[in-house]
Amino acid sequence: MATLAERILGAPAGTCVDRAIDRAYAMDGTGVLALHTFRQIGRPLAKPGRLRLIFDHIVPANNSETAGLQAELRRFADENCIALRDIGEGICHQLMSEGDVLPGEIVIGADSHTCTLGAFGAFATGVGATDMAAIWATGELWLRVPETINLRLTGRLEGGAEAKDLALAYVARLGMDGGTYRALEFTGEGVASLSMAGRLTCSNLAIEVGAKAGLFYADDITRAYLAGFGVAASPQLIEDADYARAYDFDLGAVEPLVAVPHRVDSARPVERVAGTPIDQIFVGTCTNGRLEDLERFASAVKGRRVRVRTIVIPASRRVLADAIRSGALASLVEAGCTIGPPGCGPCLGTHLGVIGEGEVCLSTANRNFRNRMGVGGEIYLASVGTAAASALAGEITAPGGAA
Amino acid sequence: MKIAGRAVCVPADVDTDLIIAGRYLRTRDRSLWAAHAFEDLDRTLAGRLAGAVVVAGPNFGCGSSREQAAIALREAGVKAVVAPSFARIFYRNAINLGLPIAEAALECAEGEMVEVDLEAGFARSGDRPPVRVSPLSSRMRAILAAGGLVELLKDSP
Repeated sequence: MATLAERILGAPAGTCVDRAIDRAYAMDGTGVLALHTFRQIGRPLAKPGRLRLIFDHIVPANNSETAGLQAELRRFADENCIALRDIGEGICHQLMSEGDVLPGEIVIGADSHTCTLGAFGAFATGVGATDMAAIWATGELWLRVPETINLRLTGRLEGGAEAKDLALAYVARLGMDGGTYRALEFTGEGVASLSMAGRLTCSNLAIEVGAKAGLFYADDITRAYLAGFGVAASPQLIEDADYARAYDFDLGAVEPLVAVPHRVDSARPVERVAGTPIDQIFVGTCTNGRLEDLERFASAVKGRRVRVRTIVIPASRRVLADAIRSGALASLVEAGCTIGPPGCGPCLGTHLGVIGEGEVCLSTANRNFRNRMGVGGEIYLASVGTAAASALAGEITAPGGAA
Repeated sequence: MKIAGRAVCVPADVDTDLIIAGRYLRTRDRSLWAAHAFEDLDRTLAGRLAGAVVVAGPNFGCGSSREQAAIALREAGVKAVVAPSFARIFYRNAINLGLPIAEAALECAEGEMVEVDLEAGFARSGDRPPVRVSPLSSRMRAILAAGGLVELLKDSP
C-alpha cells in the first residue's frame, strides 16, 4: 500500500516524476536569487496565481543593500501580479499555514523549513532558488518520490513536555542525516492529542534529520483548524503502507529536552544542563512563534520579571494581533520582554538580536549550528516552557523548576 | 565527465551556514560568497579552493536551502565535491548550478590529487584503489551535461 507521499505524488518510491506545483513560494532572500535565475531562463511566468513572495528573513531591511534587493523583488511582484506579503506580515511557512495550503497539495518553498506544511497532509518540501525559478518558468518541478520513515506516536504529552520536545527527541533518535532523502510520516493514536500548532512544530524539524518532508494525515483537527480560516478540507484515510523504517514514540515518556551547541540532534534532558548561564532568550520562528507558544510563555511570566534579556517575535501579523487581543502581549511586555516585528528575527544571524562572542542564547528555533546567530555565540534549543522557566530563573531551568 | 584537482578535506555534517554564513547572503556581489566560503569552519580554506576537489564527510550541505552555498563553491573554483552523502537540497542546488557532485566514501589526504570520473563511476585519491561513485539519475546527468538547469531550460522548447 502507498505512503501518503506516494499517494500525493502519484507514483511509488524511487520514481522520478514531473508534477504541477499547487503552491510555490519564495522569501526575500531566495526570491532575489530566483528572480536573477528566472531572468536568465528568459521565459514568461507559467502560473503566477500559484506563486507567493513573502518577506520574512530580513524585515524590515537592515541596510540599504538589502533594501535595494527587496525593492527589486517588490517591483517584480507588482509588475507580474504575484501575491506579495510584505514586511510585517510574517514568516513564509506560518503565512502559508494560515489557510493557504490544503491536504493533498504539492507545495514547494524556496526555504528548507517548507516541510512545516506537511502538518496539513500536503507534500511540502524546500528547494533552492534555481528550482524555484524553474517553477516560475514552467509551473512544474521534477521530484524523486521518497521512501518513508514512520514515526508511530502513542499516549499523550504530560508534565512540562511539548511538541517541541517530541521534535527534539526524534531528531536525536534519527540523527542529523537519519532521514536524508526520506519522508517522515507521523501516525498512531498519539497524533490526535497534538494541536495543529504542535504538528507544525513536529513537521518543521523534519529537515533537521535531512528529510524531504514530514507528513501528518489530515484529520478532524486539521479540518477544524482550516475551517477557522474559511477553508474547507477533508480528512485523509490512513492506509497500511510500506515504510522503509519505523520508530515508536510514547508521548507520555517524552521529557523536556535541550539540544546543546552545535548540533540539533544533541538533545538531552533539561536537568543535565540546568544552571547553564544564559545571556539571551529568543522565543519565536517557524518552529515556535505561534499564538499557542506566545500564550504559554506569557502565562508563565505574567506578573513577574524575566531575569535575562528576552526577545519574543510573533510568527505572523495575525499571531501578533491575536496575542494583543488575548492579553498575552501585555503580559510579555510588562514582564520585560522585547517584542520584534513578525518574521524570522535573529534566527539566521543577520539582525534583531544577533548574539556576541562568547554569549549564550536559549532559543525556541530549530538550528543551533556554529556561529549561526552570531560569530562565537552558542545556541541551545528548547521548548517554550523551558524558555519561560529559564527566563525567570536567569539560567537554563526545566519547566516548573523556576523559583 | 572527468575531473581532477587537489583535495581540500572537510568533516562530516558541514552545514550551509558553515559553507557561507548568513551575514554575507544579501549582496549583488557574488565574489563575496567565494571569498568567505567555509569561513566559520576554517578561515584559510577559501584561499585553497581554486581548482580543488572538496572531499567531505557524510551529510555535506545540511541545513538551510541557501543556494549561495553552492554558488560560493562554484565561484571559488571548486571543480567537484565528493562525499559519502549529501543533504538533498544542497545536492539539487549543486547539480542545478552545474557543480559536479560525487557520492563516494573517499579517504581524504589534504592536497593529494583526486580524480573523479562520473561516467565510469569511480573516484580515486592519490595512489589508493578507486572507490565507486553512486550513479546520478538520468535527469541529473542531463542537467549537468547542459551546464546547469538554466541552460537546459533555455535549450528546451
